[in-house]
Amino acid sequence: MSETHKPTGHARIETNNLLMIVLIIAVVAVGGLVEIVPLFFQRSTTQPAPGLKPYTALQLAGRDVYLREGCYNCHSQMVRTLLSETLRYGPYSTAGEFVYDHPFQWGSKRTGPDLHRVGGKYSDEWQRLHLLNPRDLVPESNMPAYPWLLDAPVASAEMAQRMRALRRVGVPYTDAEIDSAAADTAGKTELDALVGYLQVLGTAKK
Amino acid sequence: MNSDTAPPQPLLVYHDTTVRLFAYAAVLWGVVGMAVGVLIAAQLTWPELNFGIPWLSYGRLRPLHTNAVIFAFGGCTLMATSFHVVQRTCQVPLFAPKLAQFVFWGWQAVIVAAAISLPMGYTQGKEYAELEWPIDILIAVVWVSYAIVFFGTIGVRKVRHIYVANWFFGAFILTVALLHIVNGAAIPAGWMKSYSAYAGVQDAMIQWWYGHNAVGFFLTAGFLGMMYYYIPKQAERPIYSYRLSIVHFWALIFTYMWAGPHHLHYTALPDWAQSVGMVFSLVLLAPSWGGMINGMMTLSGAWHKLRDDPILKFLIVSLSFYGMSTFEGPMMSIKTVNALSHYTDWTVGHVHSGALGWVGLVSMGCLYHLIPRMVGRTQMHSVPAIELHFWVSTVGIVLYIAAMWIAGVMQGLMWRAVNPDGTLVYSFVEGVKATWPFYLVRFTGGVLYLGGMLIMAWNVVMTARAGQRVSIPVPLAVARA
Repeated sequence: MSETHKPTGHARIETNNLLMIVLIIAVVAVGGLVEIVPLFFQRSTTQPAPGLKPYTALQLAGRDVYLREGCYNCHSQMVRTLLSETLRYGPYSTAGEFVYDHPFQWGSKRTGPDLHRVGGKYSDEWQRLHLLNPRDLVPESNMPAYPWLLDAPVASAEMAQRMRALRRVGVPYTDAEIDSAAADTAGKTELDALVGYLQVLGTAKK
Repeated sequence: MNSDTAPPQPLLVYHDTTVRLFAYAAVLWGVVGMAVGVLIAAQLTWPELNFGIPWLSYGRLRPLHTNAVIFAFGGCTLMATSFHVVQRTCQVPLFAPKLAQFVFWGWQAVIVAAAISLPMGYTQGKEYAELEWPIDILIAVVWVSYAIVFFGTIGVRKVRHIYVANWFFGAFILTVALLHIVNGAAIPAGWMKSYSAYAGVQDAMIQWWYGHNAVGFFLTAGFLGMMYYYIPKQAERPIYSYRLSIVHFWALIFTYMWAGPHHLHYTALPDWAQSVGMVFSLVLLAPSWGGMINGMMTLSGAWHKLRDDPILKFLIVSLSFYGMSTFEGPMMSIKTVNALSHYTDWTVGHVHSGALGWVGLVSMGCLYHLIPRMVGRTQMHSVPAIELHFWVSTVGIVLYIAAMWIAGVMQGLMWRAVNPDGTLVYSFVEGVKATWPFYLVRFTGGVLYLGGMLIMAWNVVMTARAGQRVSIPVPLAVARA
């Protein structure tokens, strides 16, 4: 092809840097736009399930521990619409139960069992002993032990700031809830908080 | 200068300093990332190895492993090769070489920040996007600089056509920027603490749109760019089909972006999105295999070279693993198959047949081609060591993925087994117990793969020590067609 010859077909794209950039962006944008945008407007994905309440300050502190320790690497929070799952874990999960979950914690791997309906399944004492050393209660378990949660105090002073951040992205915390966050979590350990979070999981639909 | 025929004007040389640094960093971070992988594989086998120490516990180290191998090892490999390829195929030195240096040091800063903050427990809690908001901002700045250097170099090219490898590198750079910015949107709640801007279903869909295309663009499109330069170079054959490269390029980048929902089958994601995701995941087989065929068939007429060139073995076997995992992926995206495979170790096996087999082997092959040329040599210090590395890694991969396949199918079947009276046959922990031997085999496979990487590190050090920094001149007589 000589230099004066006007390129045709795909040669027009592969001889033009800017055109290539624009076309790539246009082509890769389509899938996400179609699959993501409607979810912000669909009723079933945006309305809270009946009875669903935002996490209390202590439960939120527990959820932050759950995130920090990376529990989602081994535990899902999503009971699928399959008979074997509802037999094992309880009612299948629905979209409305997660509208206050920033970020979602559905997980992708079950090295341990699903936790979405774990709330109320075991006693607080069982959860505490299990977290401190899982093998004391389940000898075959390969879950890490979390002894440091026993003495670690909850970050009470930061809870109001965290709840304010969540309110900015749509979680309906009241001023009163935010103002009392520090007092509500004062003197609690991270173990108290994590157990509090686990015990409320999935209870809105029971 | 090392040229016999000195041209009249001062030589224009390629900017290879950044390429060389990124190539060495890739090898270093490969060793580190895989070593952490072996450690966490051991922790799953022997949980006492968590030691009750926060920063050594599995939940914090697994994100360190994934970030290190994907963004540190994979990222440095991509940046080394893309900066090398874009200069050679445009026949100009890098645009803004100082900015390219910033890309290197900025990216190393991101990696070090990740290596410190993840074990400390700073995380956004989204897979493969764990890094907290200040690091996310640094990533965005470095990435934009990377894009400026890359597309700037194409902008000042002396070759009229943009070579096919650069389409893939370009799509990878642009799309990763889009994914990172959209998925990373978060509201800060303090220094190193933030919450995702999205909740529940929307957050899940955006995360897996991101997550699946981290695979599709970071770990696939970019590495296909490498394939399109280094396989023809190493085989000394032209690309098999120009037409196929056009078709599979556009089809691949369009289709990948729809496939995310297959990570969310039977969940609370609306059914229509699950179905759309499954259909596009099935379609994805075609453009994926288009790329594999184009790479493989480049060797037609030169298959004998596979016998005694271990670098070609790396490149071609990586394509076999690519073909295999891009067949397995669409199959696992079928809802009924996914009902069995999801949440099990089958997924882990699938990921690693792609990661160890495709991304790992193609990276190693390309680095073995690139590194000696960056230090004024034509070959690595030891070619038999490359051969040894190839076989050790291949055996490691086979052990790893076979163990995970069996473990995964077994877990899926145990979780769903129901007695005639309608009760479950197995408790969850019985599945954990039954998996133990497979975790042991997987650990062994991982040790072998890491061993291969250590052989490579030794070979690279020996090659670099005996080599010298060279400046490679840009060809003066440039074909304009």
